[in-house]
Amino acid sequence: MGTGMIYLTRRATFSASHYYWNESWPAEKNERVFGPCANRNGHGHNYTLEVTVAGEPDPVTGFVVDLKWLKGAMEREVLAAYDHKHFNLDVPEFKDAIPTTENIAIAVWKRLEPVVNAAGTARLSRIRVYETPEIFAEFRGEA
Amino acid sequence: MKAYFGRRYMLSASHRLHTSALSAEANRTAYGKCNNGNGHGHNYFLEVLVRGNVDRETGMVVDLVELDQTVRSEVLNRFDHANLNLDPMFSDRVPTTENFCRSIFELLQQVLPAGELEHVRVEETENNFFECSSRG
Repeated sequence: MGTGMIYLTRRATFSASHYYWNESWPAEKNERVFGPCANRNGHGHNYTLEVTVAGEPDPVTGFVVDLKWLKGAMEREVLAAYDHKHFNLDVPEFKDAIPTTENIAIAVWKRLEPVVNAAGTARLSRIRVYETPEIFAEFRGEA
Repeated sequence: MKAYFGRRYMLSASHRLHTSALSAEANRTAYGKCNNGNGHGHNYFLEVLVRGNVDRETGMVVDLVELDQTVRSEVLNRFDHANLNLDPMFSDRVPTTENFCRSIFELLQQVLPAGELEHVRVEETENNFFECSSRG
């Protein structure tokens, strides 16, 4: 058909704990900047992840990507590492980075981009991570 | 790296869709039940999306508390539990959600740092919403 790009989004949820702490700052500054998020015992959220890919529908199947494949990729690459885990203690990319919603969106992008690219039919367009229904962050692959 | 931070708020307000540029009959035709003389109200959901570089020290694009304060002082304090038609912004602008969305975008763009506001989205009901974007 070639009528233009379609953006396809798949949603998933996961639950994880985290805290915000910058090791190069004194405790007082961490507590002032991060407020209750600096509690070293951590706290948790039910996160909602939205993964958007962009591409042209396949002329035969009408799919941009197979949703079942995308669901599997999200479970394998992201949820297996994040769901029911502690971001600061269990997830390698947050050994040295603060697991803010912004950084989680960037980390999900880094996990999924090579997989989506390797599949060859679509490109990763946007990662949106909701920490609560009222707070979210997005990454669109911009430098 | 550039990322986006979004925040959702709720505000309740009343409005009446009516323009003096049209006859009573034409208003009823154009706006239907939204033209009801005594107005009606909605719980509006407001989504504010800002962009910026992720700060290396904090991992954050903006300070959530500061953003909340800005939205509260510029938008929520002004419009929550108010009649939109009586606000000066709507003295010559019909308070459709299109215009409400644009008004909120303009109010926030005036006070947020240049280039920070990406879009404003206003959901009038669960089934309709409007966006005003810095990308035109």
